[in-house]
Amino acid sequence: MESKRFVFIGVGGQGNLLVSRLLGEAALSVDIPVVVSEIHGMAQRGGIVESAVLLGDVTSPIVSNGEADVLIGFEPLETLRALGKCNKDTLVITNISPLPPFTVSIGQGKYPPVDEVLDKIHTKVENVIALNGVELAKEAGNPLSLNMVMLGALIGSKAVPITAEAMKETISTSTKKAFLESNLKAFDLGMGVAANR
Amino acid sequence: MHKLLLDAPGKEIFLLGNEAIARGALEAGVSFATCYPGTPSSEIPEQFYNLSQETDLYFEYSTNEKVAMEVGASAALAGLRTMVTMKHVGVNVAADPLMILAYTGVKGGMVIITADDPSLFSSQNEQDNRYYARLSGLPMLEPTNTQEMKDMTALAFDLSEELKLPVLIRTTTRLNHIRGPVKLAELKPMKTKDTFAKDPLNFVTVPAVSRQLHKKLLEKNDRIMQKTENWPYNEIIGDGKWGVIANGVSFNYAMDAISDLGINDQVSVLKLGFSWPMPKNLCIRFLNQVENVLVVEELEPIIETELKAIAQENGLTLSIKGKGVSRLSRLFEYDPGMVREAVAKYVGIDYKAPVVVDTSDLPDLPARPPTLCAGCPHRATLYEIKQVYGQEAIYPSDIGCYTLGFLPPLKMADLVLCMGASVSTSCGFSEATNQKVVAFIGDSTFFHSGITGLVNAVHNNHKFTLVIMDNGTTAMTGHQPHPGVDSKPMGRENTQVSIEELVKGCGVKDVHVVQPFKVKKTIEAVRASYEYDGLSVIISRDFCPLFAKGIGELKRTRPFYVNLDKCKGHRVCIDELACPAMFLDENNVSIDENMCTGCALCAQICPENAILPVKK
Repeated sequence: MESKRFVFIGVGGQGNLLVSRLLGEAALSVDIPVVVSEIHGMAQRGGIVESAVLLGDVTSPIVSNGEADVLIGFEPLETLRALGKCNKDTLVITNISPLPPFTVSIGQGKYPPVDEVLDKIHTKVENVIALNGVELAKEAGNPLSLNMVMLGALIGSKAVPITAEAMKETISTSTKKAFLESNLKAFDLGMGVAANR
Repeated sequence: MHKLLLDAPGKEIFLLGNEAIARGALEAGVSFATCYPGTPSSEIPEQFYNLSQETDLYFEYSTNEKVAMEVGASAALAGLRTMVTMKHVGVNVAADPLMILAYTGVKGGMVIITADDPSLFSSQNEQDNRYYARLSGLPMLEPTNTQEMKDMTALAFDLSEELKLPVLIRTTTRLNHIRGPVKLAELKPMKTKDTFAKDPLNFVTVPAVSRQLHKKLLEKNDRIMQKTENWPYNEIIGDGKWGVIANGVSFNYAMDAISDLGINDQVSVLKLGFSWPMPKNLCIRFLNQVENVLVVEELEPIIETELKAIAQENGLTLSIKGKGVSRLSRLFEYDPGMVREAVAKYVGIDYKAPVVVDTSDLPDLPARPPTLCAGCPHRATLYEIKQVYGQEAIYPSDIGCYTLGFLPPLKMADLVLCMGASVSTSCGFSEATNQKVVAFIGDSTFFHSGITGLVNAVHNNHKFTLVIMDNGTTAMTGHQPHPGVDSKPMGRENTQVSIEELVKGCGVKDVHVVQPFKVKKTIEAVRASYEYDGLSVIISRDFCPLFAKGIGELKRTRPFYVNLDKCKGHRVCIDELACPAMFLDENNVSIDENMCTGCALCAQICPENAILPVKK
C-alpha cells in the first residue's frame, strides 16, 4: 500500500506518545505495515515531544521536513513551530488551546495571539482542521483526554486507512479501564469535529 | 504476566525497539543482566527489572557501567548467559574491563548493548561506538528494525558462546525508540547457576599471560571472519551497477530512497548487520559487481574508510564515496529525505524534493526548553546556594536533571563534562583559582563516580563545597533505583547505603543535611559551608515530585495561590525561580493549581508574604 506519514507534536504530559503507539497497534491489528518512532527523555520536563507513525510501503521510522501527510499538533504554538514538517498539501490538525512555555512567564518572548498563530498556519497549508481539544476533552469528562480528541479528529479526517471501529477496539484493549469511557467519548467528539468540517 | 513472557511462537506483537532486545535475550535464555541506565538504553533494563520479579532472571542496577560490566563478566565467565546494557558514553566508563574481556573471553554468552545517540537527543556528545569494536577486537552487530533487534540479540548469544567472546550490539536512538511488529520465537529455559572453572592462564592477566592472550585473540580472527562472511544479515540485495552500502537505521533510509526513486533494478545494496569485522569476501564480491559505491552511514566514515582499504588491497579503483555527498555529513543523524537526495545525486537522477513550507517569515517564537518540574527540590537548592555564593563562584555541575539549572534565571552551572566530573573538576578549580567553588551532583551520579573525586578532595585538602542533591531516585533516566534508595516502596529488599555515613567515612569534617524546601534553615547551612575553611558537603534531600507521585509519597498536596491584595508585583518569585506552575495573567503572577505541588518555595521568598495555600 501507498505510504502515509503522520507527525504528532505536543508538550510533555499531553500524551501524544500514547496516541502514536495506539495508532501503530491499530494498524498492526488490521495488517497494515507500520513503524512508529518516539523521542523520549525530556517528555516529563515540559519540553517538546515529537512522534511519528509511518504506514504502508515504507521502512524508515522518521519523517523528513516537508514530507508529512498529516501533522497533528496538540498545542497551537508547537503546531506552528513544526510546520517545517509540512508541504502545502499536508493536512494540519491542531488543538487551539494554548499552553504557554515557562520562558514566556519569565519574560523571554511573547506568546503570539492564537488567532495570529492559526492565520499563519492557514497561509502555509491548504487543509487545516482546528479544534478546541481541551474544551472537548473537558466535555468528555477528563481534561487529560485531549490526546483521544486529537486521535478522533485524525480518524474523522479520513486521512488514515483505519476505521473508527478498529481504532476504538485498540483504545479499549490498550488504555486504562478507569479512563475508557471518557477516552471513547473524547475520541467521538474529536471525530465529530473532523467529520463535519 | 509481563508481556515479554508471552509464550506464543509465531505471534506478531507491537514492541519498542528496547523491548525487542529484552525479548531477544529471553528467547536466548538470558539469566543474568546488569546495567547502569542512560537514554536511549534505559527501557531495556526496565524490562529486566520487572521480569526479575516474575522469573529466575538475576538483574541489578549496578552503581556504574564499569561495575555493571564487571559483575556481568564474572557471571558470563562462570557460564551464564549475560546481558549488559548502557548508553554510548557509558562504554567509556566500562572500557577498562571491556578491553581485557576481549583477552580473557567468556564461557556463557555475553552480549553488551551500546546505545549511541546521533544528534545528541539526551547526551553530552555523539561519539560513534563502532570504534570500540575496532579498539577491543570484539565483534559488533547492528540491527536495522525491531524484528532484527530481537532476532539478532538472540543470535548474538550463540555467536558469543561459539567464539567465546563478548559480542557488542550497537543501536542508535532511532532504533531504541521505534515501535514495530515483532514475530515471536520460543523462549529458552534459563540456566541460573553454573560452576566457575579455574583457569589462571586464561583469566589472570599478568603480562606473561596477556601476551599469550593477545595472540589468542588475533588467532580467533579466522573464525570471526567465517561468521561475518556467513551472517544472515550481511547480504547483497539486487545486482545493479550502482553500489550502496548501509548499516543500522540508515539501511531503511537507503532502501526507501531506492524504491522512492524507482531505481531498484539499477542498484546493488550491501547491508552490513555484522559490521565488525567487515565481511571482506562479501565486500570484494560486491565491489566487483558494481561500478561505484555510495556509503550511507551516520557519524564517522568508518565503513567508507575500511572499504577503501579493502578495494586498495584488491587492486580495485572504483569510486567509493560517502561523507560529503549532498548533505551526508559526520554531524548528527540522517533522515530519509537527506538520503534520498544523496542517492539521487549519486546516481544522477533529476530529483525534486517535496517543497517544504516556507517558515522564514514566522515571527520569533518563544522557546520551550525542558525545565525543572514544578515542586522540584533542585530549584530550591540551586536558589539557596545562589543567595549565599552569588554569581562569582564557579559551579561545576554534573549529569542529571539539575544540569537544567544552567538555564536562566537560575544559571547555576558553569561546566559539565561527564558523570562524576563536578567533584574532581572542583578539586582543580579550587587550586587553580581564588574563586569560591561549589559542585553539584545528584545522588545516583554521586554513587556512580562522585565518591572517588571526594576521597581525592579529602586526601589532597581541596577547599570547596560539594552539594549532593538527593532526590531519592535516578530521576533523569526514568526513576531507577540506586544504592542510596529505600527500595521497600518498590517491593524490593536491597540494602540502603547512607550518603551521610559514606561522606563522613571518606573523611569529610563539615557535613550538613538540609531539607531544601525549608529555605531559611538551608541558607543558614549554606552560609556555614561558605565560612568553613575547607571541604564542606551539603546533602540536600527531598523527593523528586514525579517519583514521589509514582510511589504515593507526595505529601504536600495543598497548592498555593497569589493573594492580589497583598502582592505588590515585585515578581521575585517568577523572576528568580521560573517555576512552570507560575504564569503571568495580564500583569499579575498567577499559579496553576493543577501543577503546583505545594512545595512553598515561592511563598518563602515572597517579600510581601502574598503567596498563600489555597483554602480548602
